[in-house]
Amino acid sequence: MTLFRKDWMLEMRQQYAFYGVLLYVASTVFVLYLAMGETEVDTWNALFWVTQLFVCINAIAKSFLQESRGRMLYFYTISHPSEFVLAKLLYNVLLMAILNCLNLILFIAFMGDPTANIWQFIGISFLGGTGLSLVFTMLAAIASKAMQQASLMAILGFPVIIPQLLLLIRLSKIAFAETFRAGVATQVVLLLLALDLGIVVLSVILFPFLWKD
Amino acid sequence: MKKSWWKILCVVLLVYTVLAGLLMPVPALRQLQETIRNLYFHVCMWFAMMILFTISVVHSVNYLRSLNLQKDILAKEYASTGILMGLLGYATGAIWASYTWADPNNPAFASFGSIVREPKLIGAAMALLIYFAYFVLRSSIPDLDKRARVSAVYNIFAYAMLFPSIWIIPRLLPSLHPGKEGNPALNFNDIDARMRMVFYPAVIGWTLLGVWITTIKIRLTLLTEKNWLNAK
Repeated sequence: MTLFRKDWMLEMRQQYAFYGVLLYVASTVFVLYLAMGETEVDTWNALFWVTQLFVCINAIAKSFLQESRGRMLYFYTISHPSEFVLAKLLYNVLLMAILNCLNLILFIAFMGDPTANIWQFIGISFLGGTGLSLVFTMLAAIASKAMQQASLMAILGFPVIIPQLLLLIRLSKIAFAETFRAGVATQVVLLLLALDLGIVVLSVILFPFLWKD
Repeated sequence: MKKSWWKILCVVLLVYTVLAGLLMPVPALRQLQETIRNLYFHVCMWFAMMILFTISVVHSVNYLRSLNLQKDILAKEYASTGILMGLLGYATGAIWASYTWADPNNPAFASFGSIVREPKLIGAAMALLIYFAYFVLRSSIPDLDKRARVSAVYNIFAYAMLFPSIWIIPRLLPSLHPGKEGNPALNFNDIDARMRMVFYPAVIGWTLLGVWITTIKIRLTLLTEKNWLNAK
């Protein structure tokens, strides 16, 4: 919990990084608007999730890369690795939720609101944002141990995240009033939740091995 | 001689697969006709790939439990043979598809596009990409112990993320590829009894061949790396 507060405090102090990501979201959506204007439903959906993916990578890549060696060593002495990784996961999920809100608001403001049921879409986007941030937190932890971290994260991350992204894009078509066979939607939501839970469990088990240097 | 019984079994099974696979009678389906014999090769490659990747992950778990560098070498070699099997799976699949899917009336690239977009192919591509990424990750960490540890963690994590999705996603998306409702060829209803007689031995045979190749590569690696393995 303290560690979570530390990340939060650090974020408040290093506001330039946070604003950098915010600006990244805003400029991406603005460029999309200039290039496309109001788009069709499918394009809107695809663009939204692609933006979401890249925002997530940008926001979360720094969560491990910003920690210097000395500071990691300090954390090593004061806390248990599972607690540390849980704090990171929690913090990144929250960060992603904020960015998610912003992304959604900007998309609706600039590119119009094609959804039939906006609340459903908000729910799905938060579910997706959570999943993305969990996966990339773990991958950032892995990539931070190697050289050329930023590009490596993309290489490691994309094949792992594609299935989840496919499911999300498919699922979010519900909010565009596409009809599904009964039960499929609940199945997919449950599947995504199970995946998220699995990632948390795996992170807690595997992170201690990454930790000791 | 005692240890090599499975190698003999492998050779026997593969000879049987090739002979029986090409000679035994098969049901004549309208679309597939004789190309169905490719089942003994194409599907077995994917089975062997998945089994080899699974063995690799098991060795990664073992490495994390014991921190014995030999286990890391095992995991790496099984993964690379798995990739080989996956590539062979693509090759045999391409041959099969060129007789069953590719429509001669279509311009070549249009039907190529529809083949590339197959969810099953995308799933297989993701499996291969993950293991390519695994090797990129390995090569980007100079320190031996750290490389072994980090890549073992990635191996387990990626495997756990990948396999649920490989089995679930193709069933949610429309596809030309057979096996939508379950695992192709494992379902007792869609495979003929005569074919099962060849198919199951073929899976075992190809998997054993994969393991055999891997053990030779492992022995080679252990010999070349003997210096630092013994120095510990």
